[in-house]
Amino acid sequence: MRIVVAMSGGVDSSAAAALLAEQGHDVIGLSMQLYDASKEAGGQRSFGSCCSLDDLHDARRVAAAIHIPHYVMNFERQFTEHVVSNFVREYAAGRTPLPCAHCNSDLKFATLADRALTFGADAVATGHYARVERDEATGRSLLKRAVDPAKDQTYFLFSLTQDQLARARFPVGDWPKDAVREYARRRGLPVADKPDSQEICFIPDHDYASFVASHAPGAAREGDIVDQDGRVLGRHGGIHRFTVGQRKGLGLSSSSTGAPMYVLALRPAERAVVVGPKASLEQTRLTASGVNWIVEVPVGARRVAAQIRHRHPAAPATVRGTGEGGAEVLFDTPQLAITPGQAVVFYDGDVVVGGGWID
Amino acid sequence: MRVYFDYNATTPLAPEVVEAVVAATRDLFGNASSVHHFGQAAKAAMDESRSAVAALINADPSEIVFTSGGTEADNLAIRGAAEALEPTGRRHLVAGAIEHEAVLNTLKALARRGWRTTLVPVDQSGVISPDSVRRAITDDTALVSVMHANNEIGTIQPIAALAAIAHERGALMHTDAVQSAGKIPVDVRALGVDLLALSAHKFNGPKGAGVLWVRRGTRMQPLLTGGKHERNRRAGTENVAAIVGLGVAARLAVSKMGVEPARVASLRDRLEAAILQQVPGTTVNGARDARVPNTTNISFDRVEAESLLIALDLEGVAVSTGSACSSGTLEPSHVLRAMGLPAHRTQNSLRFSLGLFSTEEEVDRVAALLPGLVGKLRALTRKPGVQTVGRT
Repeated sequence: MRIVVAMSGGVDSSAAAALLAEQGHDVIGLSMQLYDASKEAGGQRSFGSCCSLDDLHDARRVAAAIHIPHYVMNFERQFTEHVVSNFVREYAAGRTPLPCAHCNSDLKFATLADRALTFGADAVATGHYARVERDEATGRSLLKRAVDPAKDQTYFLFSLTQDQLARARFPVGDWPKDAVREYARRRGLPVADKPDSQEICFIPDHDYASFVASHAPGAAREGDIVDQDGRVLGRHGGIHRFTVGQRKGLGLSSSSTGAPMYVLALRPAERAVVVGPKASLEQTRLTASGVNWIVEVPVGARRVAAQIRHRHPAAPATVRGTGEGGAEVLFDTPQLAITPGQAVVFYDGDVVVGGGWID
Repeated sequence: MRVYFDYNATTPLAPEVVEAVVAATRDLFGNASSVHHFGQAAKAAMDESRSAVAALINADPSEIVFTSGGTEADNLAIRGAAEALEPTGRRHLVAGAIEHEAVLNTLKALARRGWRTTLVPVDQSGVISPDSVRRAITDDTALVSVMHANNEIGTIQPIAALAAIAHERGALMHTDAVQSAGKIPVDVRALGVDLLALSAHKFNGPKGAGVLWVRRGTRMQPLLTGGKHERNRRAGTENVAAIVGLGVAARLAVSKMGVEPARVASLRDRLEAAILQQVPGTTVNGARDARVPNTTNISFDRVEAESLLIALDLEGVAVSTGSACSSGTLEPSHVLRAMGLPAHRTQNSLRFSLGLFSTEEEVDRVAALLPGLVGKLRALTRKPGVQTVGRT
């Protein structure tokens, strides 16, 4: 089978490519050039400033080591349209975006998969920790959590359609991370000991606020910090600097507020940051939109475990479709810091039932 | 069987070149500046190459300056002349809009240091008119730089006419002949230029060897300062083996100049005719008469050139979307843009460049592959196989 592997230059996608090649598939490596970090620094290029190019270099070395053809495709325009602009817009709207999920469904399994088709590929593989299985009873493709629960990335893959899942391959999803590194070492892949990437790839310095401010100058306007009753407690430098549940950076002393204050909500229309005590962060209900059902759309209510952020232990809940891609989720017990813009993903055991975007 | 149709990026080495380079690497290790036997042997081999290159372009051997390649030769020509002429008050440089990056980015670098620069536009055929150069030149123009043949579309520029115009106003004339030297007859006297750059690896020689021809008496400052190599024009211990390879490649080109251009032209024309005939929605970019014989640049309507290039590579056929130096960036070709082509055509064009080892069989194989590949790409472009989901 001809399989295109999206190679990021990291150990996981490198091992994925090596595994598929070892299994005898006709593997083609594709790397996406998504942004040029050297352009971000005010246009002044300095040697060796572009981390993206280092990763492309690593991907090329791996492809050479396992003897597969490798191409770099420039998707800067599509990445900006689908991922970066959404990221900036969401922060400016007082929400906390999840760019990796958009990159998966709108770029890797969309633009890149379309290109893969043109090269006669039957499938697209990535280095994600997840599993895809075909449900013989319904004929649907099922997305399942990875074998290694600590590395599971299904939270970022919930928005894949049936078409996308049918052609997706996740070769490392059956393996614990340690085994993947060990395999990479055994195969002599030059990235076997490369550290995992942590940050959002297009903001290597972690400074999200400056990034948003430079791309959406309107978002960086000052406003009031208010409590739940509307009393002004202080000033802030722009709502894009805050996320629900955040405690640091408010500049409020607990002696004046009586207790540590947390961000409860962001109100872009009034440019207000609403704060309150930790107890006020707890909620039992959320609504979501843009819901994607991976199993058949449930009729009526369905019991699930719902996960509201990457590191959140999925909590028992009841989900009910509300029409037009909407859903309502009622948790059995209150959850801390339900954050608009993040995803809520529904699980039944290991199986991803579906997911949507928290309103 | 793999087919290599990317000779404008670089060429395979002729077997006699490989032999000469290997032998020189092994036997001529001496430093050409040394007094003893080993130095003399290296120096003699270099002088032989100097004569061979001089014969290729009708120059005097003493006018040949060996460089590391075409880019260095262009840099030396422009920066070296600019620096030498700075005291005369001339602070203006003129170049064609479709020059190679080696010229364009050198002009940009000098512009940051206070030089005025003017890029001369081209017409839709990819040729620079003498009138537009006449309009660009001023009394303080130090140098005019226009390439002899364009790397992406192969068009040949009217260098002799442009040189005459430059000289009328007291400016020097440089031509980047990297894509013409070795492919077609190049005669520095007939061209009437003062400086000319060429590169060995574009005509079956090794990488790392190039030439700047400097008309005797032309004032130049060196780029690299150091020892007295190359008559004080280019310091640094010479890459003797590569220079030997350059000489062998030059002799080979001279010996084949009577037949090879016509042979390659007939192959190129056969390929071009087959594509135009068998693949609907194809157009040749640039003038088809005044071209180097090995190059054709073709637009494929409704096809992303990058995808077609990869599809061809997976079938064992190597071509390119433009200059090798800019591939991977997917920035629209500055050459096609300067010709006034609409945006989509700057991203759907492929360059096929043939050469010494190209055969009719290869041409026919590529011609047979293209209709199917292009048809498949167009079908997939019309109805994307993957729908995207998620909010906007």
